[in-house]
Amino acid sequence: MEEQLREAVRSLCRGYPESYWGALDRERAYPEAFVRELSEAGYLSCLIPEAFGGGGLGIREAGIVLEEINRSGGNAAACHAQMYTMGTLLRHGSEEQKKRYLPEIADGRLRLQAFAVTEPDAGSDTTSISTFAAREGDRYVVRGKKIFISRVQHSDLMILLARTTRRADVDRKTDGMSVFLVDLRNVGDRLRVQPVDTMINHETNELFFDDVEIPSDALIGEEGKGFAYILSGMNAERILLASESIGDALYFTDRATRYAGERTVFGRPIGQNQGVQFPVAGAYIRSRAAAALRDQAADLYDRAEPCGAEANMCKLVASEAAWEAANAAMDVFGGYGLAEEYGIERKFREARLYLVAPVSNNLVLSYVGQHVLGMPRSF
Amino acid sequence: MNIVVCLKRVPDTETRVRIDAEGTGIETDGVKYVMSPYDEFALEGALRAREAAGTGEVALVTLGDAASGETLRQGLAMGADRAVLLDGTVTPDGLATAKAIAAEIEGVDAPLVLLGVKAADDDQQQVGPMLAVVLGRPCATGVVEFAVEGAVVRCERETEGGTEVLELPLPAVLTITKGAYEPRYASLKGIMAAKKKPLEQKSAIAVEPGLVVERLELPPDRPPGRVVGEGPEAVPELVRLLREEAKVL
Repeated sequence: MEEQLREAVRSLCRGYPESYWGALDRERAYPEAFVRELSEAGYLSCLIPEAFGGGGLGIREAGIVLEEINRSGGNAAACHAQMYTMGTLLRHGSEEQKKRYLPEIADGRLRLQAFAVTEPDAGSDTTSISTFAAREGDRYVVRGKKIFISRVQHSDLMILLARTTRRADVDRKTDGMSVFLVDLRNVGDRLRVQPVDTMINHETNELFFDDVEIPSDALIGEEGKGFAYILSGMNAERILLASESIGDALYFTDRATRYAGERTVFGRPIGQNQGVQFPVAGAYIRSRAAAALRDQAADLYDRAEPCGAEANMCKLVASEAAWEAANAAMDVFGGYGLAEEYGIERKFREARLYLVAPVSNNLVLSYVGQHVLGMPRSF
Repeated sequence: MNIVVCLKRVPDTETRVRIDAEGTGIETDGVKYVMSPYDEFALEGALRAREAAGTGEVALVTLGDAASGETLRQGLAMGADRAVLLDGTVTPDGLATAKAIAAEIEGVDAPLVLLGVKAADDDQQQVGPMLAVVLGRPCATGVVEFAVEGAVVRCERETEGGTEVLELPLPAVLTITKGAYEPRYASLKGIMAAKKKPLEQKSAIAVEPGLVVERLELPPDRPPGRVVGEGPEAVPELVRLLREEAKVL
């Protein structure tokens, strides 16, 4: 099954070679055709239960889909949010919400690709968010701002975390936040979307909520308990993004291995030199270690067991493996690594993101130091 | 209309082949196996014919060991309806394979039997025509496109500089080559559905092979290239060598 899934995704991706992704990168364009085909073939909805028209698979299989996309030279970041937000909707959404949205998400008519948590003054410190949703009759009125909210312009739905009780008025700082499933098609012009230009082709935005009205039935689960709902989604996100990093690492080691075998200098292939060989081999080993940790985290997640430590750790190891592989590939390709035609420089820029997103690796270290090892808290 | 597609599990065409210790087979350690690409064309042709007809089933048959079940599952994921794994040893004797497959197909109501033009591993191109003989049916080989029209099947073959169109009465056997049938990949629903489709495993009838492999050898390393000279004055010598030594002109 796992191998079959990999093969099928690889076949699909062969229709979208590096020249496709390179052109999108230059034009800063969204991979519309790719996302459509991936949705129609059902791979984006693998986490949606079969009863709602999805594949009914686990986070492990979802990770494999994303890994293979990135390994092929593509960039799964254009569409991964549907997968990592799914847990929040599946585990905490109402039957009515699931019936209303899941079948259309499953067949690709609706896109749930935006996840709005981060704010200019609240990044990793999520409980400091100040975007506020005030209940007024049968609706909520939202005011505040968010930043680095990706794919809003290519999404129909957005998961939003907002305070419904101010931080000063709750006993525990994790209380008083709520999750909403915002239908971006009906949100009106009180939500302003301001693109943030970045060094990679990744549509990301600053959002300004100027008394945006959303119906009260957009609330997921119970009011005030949103932080816990979001946390399980964040574990999913770490596992899935780790999978993308593993795919990136393997992309670099695949390309570097091939090039090192073909490129001849001083009458022999450069790969014959251990100085060229070892960094690629080392990065490959690290990517396999990351995959083993990812599989462990995914299995725990799929059994609905606590997986915070494993999810964080696999994200750190995978992002470092990808970055190590990216640098090794750059060295193997020499000057050609920087030439756009070769694709390495694009993937190099893209792979860098996951050392700091969706959580900085330093915060992973601090999580493990404090929560796994029990060392004194720094904050 | 029901169609049977015969498949073979073969080493990935990108495999770097190594000869085994006995010198009669290849090292199978670390080899990745795939559905023979020509069989994929045949399966794609069968799926499109079924879709065009709107009825009927596509059944897969293979001769091989238990691992061939994976290849059948892949075919089911692409859209075939059921599969039969004939558990037995694949020998290089095409006739032995044809007889084993014929024993299964004889009992099946399927007017059209499709195979790849050849298996990507041994390249023999025997099983299709031999199967047709054993079944007593007409056969067209190297078909690039076909269409069932009533009681006949029209086939297109590519010949040197032209196209040959054949018409065969059904039931018939066709071997398919690269052309109109770029194979689809499995959708997620296809992969999920394949798990529930019937995959029957039975013992293949025993056929004593009339052919054994005595020895396998890798081709010799290619000699390095030779620079004959530079500029226009080297051309006559190059032409002479191409004609007399390489014998390609």
